[in-house]
Amino acid sequence: MTHILSLLVENKFGVLSRVAGLFSGRGFNIESISIAPTLDPSVSQMTIITSGDDRVIEQITKQLNKTIDVIKVSDFSDQDYILREVALIKVSARGADREEALRITNIFRAKIIDSSPTTYTIEVTGDEKKIEAIVNLLRPLGIKELVRSGPIAILREEKNK
Amino acid sequence: MKLTGAEIFVESLKKEGVQHIFGYPGGVVLPIFDALYNQKDIKVILPRHEQGAVHMADGYARSTGKVGVALATSGPGATNTVTGLATAFMDSIPIVVFTGQVPTPMIGVDAFQEADIVGITRPCTKYNYLVKNVNDLAYIIKEAFYIASKGRPGPVLIDLPRDVIASKTDFYYPPTVSLRSYNPNYIGNRWQIKKAAEAIKKAKHPVIYAGGGCILSNASEELKELAELTDIPVTLTLMGLGAFPGEHNLFLGMLGMHGTYTANMAIHNSDMIIAIGARFDDRVTGRVKDFAPNAKIIHIDIDPTSIRKSVHVDIPIVGDVKLVLIDLIKELKALTETNEVIDEARKQWKKLITQWKKEHPLTYEYSKDVIKPQFVVEKIYELTKGEAIISTEVGQNQMWAAQFYKFNKPRHWLSSGGLGTMGYGFPAALGAKVANPDKLVITIAGDGSIQMNIQELATAVVEQLDVKVAILNNCCLGMVRQWQELFYGERYSSSLLCEIPDFVKVAEAYGAVGLRAVKPSEVEPVIKEALKIKRPVFMDFKVDMFEKVYPMVPAGAAINEMILPEKKEKKEKLKAIK
Ligand SMILES: Cc1ncc(C[n+]2csc(CCOP(=O)(O)OP(=O)(O)O)c2C)c(N)n1
Repeated sequence: MTHILSLLVENKFGVLSRVAGLFSGRGFNIESISIAPTLDPSVSQMTIITSGDDRVIEQITKQLNKTIDVIKVSDFSDQDYILREVALIKVSARGADREEALRITNIFRAKIIDSSPTTYTIEVTGDEKKIEAIVNLLRPLGIKELVRSGPIAILREEKNK
Repeated sequence: MKLTGAEIFVESLKKEGVQHIFGYPGGVVLPIFDALYNQKDIKVILPRHEQGAVHMADGYARSTGKVGVALATSGPGATNTVTGLATAFMDSIPIVVFTGQVPTPMIGVDAFQEADIVGITRPCTKYNYLVKNVNDLAYIIKEAFYIASKGRPGPVLIDLPRDVIASKTDFYYPPTVSLRSYNPNYIGNRWQIKKAAEAIKKAKHPVIYAGGGCILSNASEELKELAELTDIPVTLTLMGLGAFPGEHNLFLGMLGMHGTYTANMAIHNSDMIIAIGARFDDRVTGRVKDFAPNAKIIHIDIDPTSIRKSVHVDIPIVGDVKLVLIDLIKELKALTETNEVIDEARKQWKKLITQWKKEHPLTYEYSKDVIKPQFVVEKIYELTKGEAIISTEVGQNQMWAAQFYKFNKPRHWLSSGGLGTMGYGFPAALGAKVANPDKLVITIAGDGSIQMNIQELATAVVEQLDVKVAILNNCCLGMVRQWQELFYGERYSSSLLCEIPDFVKVAEAYGAVGLRAVKPSEVEPVIKEALKIKRPVFMDFKVDMFEKVYPMVPAGAAINEMILPEKKEKKEKLKAIK
């Protein structure tokens, strides 16, 4: 099963390789990993998407907690969270295809952030499904380059408090 | 007044109460050695190889509980420390290793004697540092000693670039450290402990399975109290030897691959295992799927990752072993009710255990003609009255030492359990001797392993470290030979050592004493003489090459599926063929 782990870590050099090394050294899976500073510049936030059975996830969480430099680990999987990913897609756009690309961009509430006589570069934000959907629709036009940020996630606040 | 990085290094170690460093010099660390030269509080011991230095620091730490310290230069000096670090890491031993590094502006340019030791040792240290600014040095040293010794202990490495060593700053040594990302849990959960106490009361066939964690947390007294209070038999892991008295009638011996028949049978047939500071290593569990099929498991450990790593645990308790045992004993004392059914079941259980002990004790066949290695260990035990600090190498020698020397006190047994490092035993003994000059320190070695750090004989002689080494010389890599005999159709591929070298001459060449025993009758006189001589001694015991370590749980078998010693006739036949 896929799990979304959200970590607070010390913002020091070597932290990413400590965490990544923990996964590779024990044969745990990383599907994606992203890291950036938080409001407190001495702390970074890491989102890791991983998978495994309950025992593996228990070990991963314990090992992360044990890692010096990891301040806090939360597993979002059983909670109500919002997940977002950014994709930048450079797509061929000539003649009639320019119209088609624009149309798809609008349907997905994406943005064209760069254009040349033969291409558009589209920025889209959403969960994995949405990104896959737009990629599938754009594919017939000819995708020249696709860059994805990997997901980041945040917990939803309880509504009826 | 401003101090250089090198001076801060020395002053910080003094603040930590360090009295000995095992250090090997080289280009970038010369300013540190120079700073050490000018002071009297810290004694520097020069090993003959950086691996030796780290094992010495490790032996120093295991025998005292204090943090051991080693120092090496950059590049090859640093890479030579890796096996020592990995050894300490696997056995959770608190040491701090300092390495030199090329100047910070040159890091990453493949400078002369540059090695990314922080990258190399990340997976085999508890934590490591590259110091980039001399202003951070004192704090990092404070933190390193804290991390090495607190929670589950382990090795920490500090990499010191040449320019950091040379730059100056004001010296301030922080009195305490606190880390928001490292707060081990010492006190066990009260409700879990209560639950454990109740479960123990209800168990019909309980066993205590205790490991190195009991030594690390200095919990031998509490372990003994728990066993005696509940009248539950105790088995120890290789790492735990000495945590419970080897001569106690509740002691079942070591368990696992070369554990006693009784210990393995007791674990396999138990209905409750109380695991204390042990981690269900694969050498202990055998085939995990069939490990103790009817047992409920209580697991006490400071490291939550050790719990449920390989076996299912019913009552996990995360905390310092000593503190948890104190609370558990309290809870047990409060439960005064007795239950006849359980009392009767326990009586039967103890009877069964006594029967196992009687039917299959640890044995070997004594011979008048050829020295049996087990006989040598027994004699060493007898003649040292079980009082010596014993270190071992790895292989058969290690297992026979574990089986036939009875340890009654903690911190008297130094052996590389997790990594199984040949070459560990002799330098570890030297480190222990530095820390315990008034104690008798003996290494039990194989003729293969001893050659992996034999150069440390020079250290022993120069530093006048009166350590005795008993080489169980079977002219082969005995444990490898044993596996080849049993599982590889007696094809002795690369396991025969051909009686090279002459260890008596080697000892003499280094200025130590060499003694040799060829016949069983010579064993006792040789040991007695070695004990009399106040210098390092190599004892070369020419032992039976064909002797094997039994019982043995073959790889992949369950721990009740032991191979037991062969009967005499079969052995004779085997020998006739050879
Ligand atoms: C550094 C290292 N290399 C290889 C091994 C694999 N190994 C385990 S036991 C053993 C044989 C040890 O031979 P010896 O020291 O003569 O001891 P004996 O088994 O004969 O008592 C070997 C090669 C090891 N444990 N460590």
